[in-house]
Amino acid sequence: MRRSLLFLPGNNPNMLINGNCLGSDAVIFDLEDAVSPAEKDAARILVRNTMRSMDFRGCEIIVRINSVDTSYWKADLECLLPEKPQMILLPKASNVQDVLTVDAYMTELEKRLQIEPVALMPLIETALGVENSFAIASCTPRVKALFLGAEDLTADLQCKRTKEGREIEYARTRLVVAARAAGVDVYDTPFTDVNDDEGIEVDAALAKALGFSGKASISPRHVDVINRVFSPSQADIDYAYEVMDAIRLAKEQGKGAIALHGKMIDAPIVARAERTIRTAEELGLDRRDG
Amino acid sequence: MNKLVKSVREAITLSGLKDGMTVSFHHHLRNGDFVLNMVMEEIAQMGFKDITVNASSLFDVHMPLLNHIENGVVTGVAADYIAAGLGRAFSAGVLEKPVEFRTHGGRPRDIALGRTPIDIAFIAAPTADSMGNCTGKQGKSACGSLGYAYADAMYADKVVVITDNLVPYPLRDQSITENFVDYVVQVDAIGDPKGIVSGTTKITRDPVGLRMASYAAKVIEASGLLKDGFSFQTGAGGASLAAAKFLKDTMLQQGVQGSFGLGGITGYMVDMLRAGCFRNLMDVQCFDLTAVESLQNDPRHIEISALQYAAPGTRGAVVNNLDVVILGATEIDTQFNVNVHTDSNGYIMGGSGGHSDTAAGAKLAMIIAPMFRARLPIVTDHVTCVSTPGKDIDVLVTQGGIAVNPKNAELKERLTAAGLPIVDIEALKQKAESITGAPQKIQRGNAVVANVFGREGELQDVIYNIPQR
Repeated sequence: MRRSLLFLPGNNPNMLINGNCLGSDAVIFDLEDAVSPAEKDAARILVRNTMRSMDFRGCEIIVRINSVDTSYWKADLECLLPEKPQMILLPKASNVQDVLTVDAYMTELEKRLQIEPVALMPLIETALGVENSFAIASCTPRVKALFLGAEDLTADLQCKRTKEGREIEYARTRLVVAARAAGVDVYDTPFTDVNDDEGIEVDAALAKALGFSGKASISPRHVDVINRVFSPSQADIDYAYEVMDAIRLAKEQGKGAIALHGKMIDAPIVARAERTIRTAEELGLDRRDG
Repeated sequence: MNKLVKSVREAITLSGLKDGMTVSFHHHLRNGDFVLNMVMEEIAQMGFKDITVNASSLFDVHMPLLNHIENGVVTGVAADYIAAGLGRAFSAGVLEKPVEFRTHGGRPRDIALGRTPIDIAFIAAPTADSMGNCTGKQGKSACGSLGYAYADAMYADKVVVITDNLVPYPLRDQSITENFVDYVVQVDAIGDPKGIVSGTTKITRDPVGLRMASYAAKVIEASGLLKDGFSFQTGAGGASLAAAKFLKDTMLQQGVQGSFGLGGITGYMVDMLRAGCFRNLMDVQCFDLTAVESLQNDPRHIEISALQYAAPGTRGAVVNNLDVVILGATEIDTQFNVNVHTDSNGYIMGGSGGHSDTAAGAKLAMIIAPMFRARLPIVTDHVTCVSTPGKDIDVLVTQGGIAVNPKNAELKERLTAAGLPIVDIEALKQKAESITGAPQKIQRGNAVVANVFGREGELQDVIYNIPQR
């Protein structure tokens, strides 16, 4: 489960060594935007050594490599793939070819290293990428999720990035539909005002309501809010158990259809309830007594 | 009766200062204080020698003290806290006699019992009248509470009030009253307001600090102590303030009204008072302008003396009614002993202040500290100096997990049940050392440069000199 994905600059040792203490379900070691060209090699080594020496149990590691139009991405993979991150985040993925190029090189490296395939998450942050999102999500089984990057996207769309996010409404819904259609997860763009505690709450709630699997953050201060918003509420959990109880009862009584609180329970409701219970169990949450 | 004298020199003369005597000062003007330097310069010019300075704390604004030590004017120093610049000199061994460190409660208790008699107390007073009634709440050098000056005023042989805001008698809102005061001196300025109180105290934005603060608030919530009547003290450090912010949110959500917030008071504690988290604040020292303004205007905000705050063995000290205190540490060892006296190189850079007093008195004494600072792990096998004994510490909160003192098994159960990341303190040490490596031992000398007295007055530990290369 990845409710929160926290970006950590790959060239900041203090952030990296504390990366497993900041409460996010996943950390994204960033070799791209956070790192200037002069520091790319040093950041690579720092991230590699962090992954080698630190225990990140309970926190997934994702590495954002540089995009395929740079001269860094291959070296990024050569250095970091041997450390077996859970995922590679590929920035500026605008078309299928970008993804397949990286996929092929990862396959080659994995064979050489004799390691299991590492998942890939294309970062959709161009207008073309949004339009190609379903094709990108389904072009290789290596792609396990899509990730929306609104900062670069709004630059490409030639509009202003706002807190309200009207300008990315289409991209958000398009990505959720594309990802779900391809059967992969989808993660929302970070909320960039690190001092706006109310803003992150609203933005995360919107992302959850739209169907995102989780949300990225550039500030550890946002992690707790994101985790809370993307965790099932106590009411959700209680209702999910009620649904499952009702289904069990219906089966015992040989009834085909059953209602709960005056509403018919159908397959999608059961599927949602099962998902909620699964998530709650992962988080160690239980139904209320009684 | 005319207590008003023309100069500090006249007050010193009238008070009968002699070689070998002890003079005292409070530290409410902190790094903006002019009074200690002003008085000691006068004492030096008058040719006195072998004077002991007993100050509730010494800051780096007091560096001229080193000249007086070099010239034999000052031969003894006692304080509850010594800032890093002076501390470095003391650690180098500039003073023949070891510095005497006490706690904020131990110092006034020892003064009251005559264990550390004060011959002349010089009390910097932001506002005073001609009879010596004085307060820190008003005046251009306002510092708020005068909590640390009360014992000096009450028990010194002679008491000199030094003010830069002399008002007509009687001063309305008096902290220290005329019956304790012998002489009053008016001067141009007793301090620099910029160094006395900070404009605002801010909670940390450091993610590691916020993580620790979030854990700290959850520890309090899970401890079972957070209920109506709850009492609380926290420091002015960024992570401690952030913990107070999280705690405030929890208290407001749960509708808990505490009885009092204690201590050095920051604007953040004032916010908690105003939000209804506490019925009162009990204030021995104001840390910022918001606290000063609140003490001036809000009757729920009460000035208390250091005796009432923390003195052990008396008929009542507020710390003994404290539910939770959040404290810092420069080092903590696997026995939970805490060092707040020396830095990672063994140099003096602090002192207990109210650390040991509140830890001993509170039902839950919590240390917040990162797993490592720069290159050094915070948890060690043995602290360089035992400032607060491990028996008085209940829990250590770091970003890498929460270690509960084995003496408090019930707390450990509660925190575990609440799903908090409980770790063994030894494991925390190893976790930090796996990243930083085990640091080399400090190369100290064999000369004792400071005696650290526990709050009961016992010699708790000593600090050794650091050889100068």
